[in-house]
Amino acid sequence: MLDTARRYREGKTSPTQEVEALIERIGKDTLNAFVTLDRQGALTSAARAGIAIGQGNDDPLMGIPIAVKDNICTQGIRTTCSSDILKRFIPTYDAHVIERLKARGAVILGKTNLDEFAMGSTTTTSAFGPTRNPWDETRTPGGSSGGSAAAVAAGLCTAALGSDTGGSVRQPASFCGITGLKPTYGTVSRYGLVAFASSLDQIGPMGRTARDVAMVYDAVKGHDRRDSTSVPGPYPATELSGLDLRGVRIGVPGVFFTQGLAHDVEREVRQGIERFRDLGAAIVEVDLAHIRYGIAVYYLIAPAEASSNLARYDGVRYGERFGDEKDLFAMYSETRARGFGSEVKRRIMLGTYALSAGYYDAYYRKASQVRTLIVEDFRKAFTRCDIIAGPTVPITAFGLAEKVDDPLSLYLLDIYTIPANLAGLPAISIPCGFGDDGMPVGLQLMAPAFQDDVILRAGIAFQDSTHFHEVRP
Amino acid sequence: MREYEAVIGLEVHAQLLTRSKIFCGCSAAFGMAPNTNTCPVCMGMPGILPVLNRVVVDHGIKLGLALDCAIERNNVFARKNYFYPDLPKGYQITQYESPLCSGGHLDIGVSGAQKRIGIRRVHMEEDAGKNIHDERRPYSYIDFNRAGVPLLEIVTEPDMSTPDEAAAYLKELRLILVYLGICDGNMEEGSFRCDANVSVREKGSGRLGTRTELKNMNSFRNVQRALEFEIERHTRLLDAGLKVELQTLLWNPARGETQSMRSKEESHDYRYFPDPDLIPVRVDDVWIARVRETLPELPAAKRRRFALQYDLPAHDCDVLCQSRALADYFERCAELLPAPKDISNWIMTEVLRVLKGGHDDIGSLPVTPERLIGLLRLMQGGTLSGLKAKEVFDEMVATGHDAEAIVEERGLEQLSDEEELRRLAREVVEAKPRETALYRGGKTQLLGFFVGEVMKASRGKANPKLAGTIIREMLES
Repeated sequence: MLDTARRYREGKTSPTQEVEALIERIGKDTLNAFVTLDRQGALTSAARAGIAIGQGNDDPLMGIPIAVKDNICTQGIRTTCSSDILKRFIPTYDAHVIERLKARGAVILGKTNLDEFAMGSTTTTSAFGPTRNPWDETRTPGGSSGGSAAAVAAGLCTAALGSDTGGSVRQPASFCGITGLKPTYGTVSRYGLVAFASSLDQIGPMGRTARDVAMVYDAVKGHDRRDSTSVPGPYPATELSGLDLRGVRIGVPGVFFTQGLAHDVEREVRQGIERFRDLGAAIVEVDLAHIRYGIAVYYLIAPAEASSNLARYDGVRYGERFGDEKDLFAMYSETRARGFGSEVKRRIMLGTYALSAGYYDAYYRKASQVRTLIVEDFRKAFTRCDIIAGPTVPITAFGLAEKVDDPLSLYLLDIYTIPANLAGLPAISIPCGFGDDGMPVGLQLMAPAFQDDVILRAGIAFQDSTHFHEVRP
Repeated sequence: MREYEAVIGLEVHAQLLTRSKIFCGCSAAFGMAPNTNTCPVCMGMPGILPVLNRVVVDHGIKLGLALDCAIERNNVFARKNYFYPDLPKGYQITQYESPLCSGGHLDIGVSGAQKRIGIRRVHMEEDAGKNIHDERRPYSYIDFNRAGVPLLEIVTEPDMSTPDEAAAYLKELRLILVYLGICDGNMEEGSFRCDANVSVREKGSGRLGTRTELKNMNSFRNVQRALEFEIERHTRLLDAGLKVELQTLLWNPARGETQSMRSKEESHDYRYFPDPDLIPVRVDDVWIARVRETLPELPAAKRRRFALQYDLPAHDCDVLCQSRALADYFERCAELLPAPKDISNWIMTEVLRVLKGGHDDIGSLPVTPERLIGLLRLMQGGTLSGLKAKEVFDEMVATGHDAEAIVEERGLEQLSDEEELRRLAREVVEAKPRETALYRGGKTQLLGFFVGEVMKASRGKANPKLAGTIIREMLES
């Protein structure tokens, strides 16, 4: 990103040239990374950015082409959540993050594909068809922010926004060999992010490098009165220099390296951790006793919240309407039966069940209590270390047709990413190597709440001494 | 014949008088063109989040303090999930496990006796929109102006046993809300709505009978009628050895009966859970103290004080305290002229007679306390007769002029000059020798006749009291 910004100033290229080239490439793209391309809007803001740069504007984000996951509302550009039910929905408002990016002069290229309503980890449940992994088009880019991850990896944009409820930024970042941050809960306003599970959702930046990710994070973070869970601040700018790792304690939870972790992923991740040791960090073992309940807790809380959050898609005020309008409940059923895909319906049913009278205490309340224990585990672990490191996903990207009929095995892949959402902690995935199949492997770093800068700068330090992030598909 | 008693609990929804809605900046005003007071938040658009209007909490604490409730320190909002076209998000944001206020009470008086009604809880929530059905075509419309208007739901313990008690409770609760300035109490516009739970059991039985829930009663009278109907219905069923079915009923005021809305089997499972979009509202002592300072004198206290301070009968206290403005009006008058009962009489008869818009309309009356007292002074000083005073009062209402000016302009001063009255009396006595003789012969009830003659002779201006005294002196000397 800094490189593009410099070339703009040197007159080697311009935002308009850059955006035109990207639009052409996206047009030929076979990855299906984008759901909607805002040709006109992108060219208009590119032209405006070009003028600003000509007048001496030195904002590094000015004229930078950014792709946005299609569950983040964009005024005047349809926001579909990759769902049939919203395929013609055009918001009248921009999400907070979009306002922030526009204010900085960034160019919104278009909207990227996702698993329907961000429910999935493959970007195959989209109503607009699956997105492909640029490293191997027969494989999934991961998800749910698979469109954004593929676009960044394939060079169809400079950076992108995704959203992360249980790993939806970090997991596709890992599968596509890019960097993705799930910020501390409350540091990026959710205003305008179509809710999946409100207590877990965070918008996160995705880019080729931790520096790019840090710059986009700085642009979109900050207090927003329209989101009651937005933290007042302060929000100091992130230093873009590598963290001095000498004396930094990196905790490695044994539970992250048990059964289910592919041996090649383990190998690359352990080498990544060794790299930190080389940079001066102390590696310590930490215990996260309740992490093993993470998936169970997540798959109660997230569907419960989703079942309520998705109730508004009822065919009454906006979105698609199906069925007999003379019979209200027939219209509701038909609209939701035809408007939602099967994974969304599965989660709505799971969540409805978990909240039902007689089951609430056993499921939702119990899950909330265990969630508190997980928060406590992290608090204790962070008295013994500064950063927790481990794999982002137990395996590398798999075939597009694999696992589609096996939701449970897909859910289990979220094992390493879910805890950060449950505890509201910042977590980043950075490329740390390649598996035996040649597919990228991601290393995940987590820090205490509001120490996003620590893992961003640890990522910068790592990338300043490695080249994994520079390898292109 | 077995004896039965009813057990009644009430749920009131009071719309709060806030400028904006509970979770967005839209106006909460009533009566605007459909869907003009709306925004993406109260329309439940994708990606939009609620932000609490903290004035709603102020209002809720205010009512809680007025009802002697405990105030919850950690206020969690919950989602109540159900599908209905007027509910934009598919859930209502309300409070569930920890209401803002709990464990209070309200004292009511029914036929001279005091009764304490327990307040189980008062919680904050948002109102839904309104479905409007086309009478001629098979269309329904939705007006979302009301969606997100703040409500307090006030739930009693099942402490009432007659429709009269229920009505007395509702009237007193409404009065408190209006006194606090947090609700306009308008039942027809729906800013004060009541649902009732009623069951009937054998008198003295410790166990509650099966209850029914009554909805759609938009006046005090309808609440009473619906409860009477329902108690009668339950009683008949029990007498016949039949069972009351647990269900929700709608009151049909036109037909004077209740109609089934949904049975127990059809009742919703609302799947309450804490709303993750809102953080808990912490209410501390400072906040409560700040609200407590704004509490006005409440109706019950005011009535007690009026009885003590002004020595007024209970009925006068009730009437005068039916509005804060009217009570203030009375007190200003009583400050100017220490004749509280005379003032109260005038207010209860003449003043309330001309207040078209109800007791709170006193502010628009041109007869200010100063002017009313001006009028009463003219009466007390004998310048004006009671009859003429009423005429002058009407003139004051119509013109906004002072009593003195009207009396002078229309020559309505009472004749109280003793010299002149003596002259008139002498003429009357001389002109009526027969009646004079009869009076002196012991038929003293003729005094009224002589006073009447003096009035006639003075063309109605004579001070009748003074005229009577003078004639009696004259005839009995």
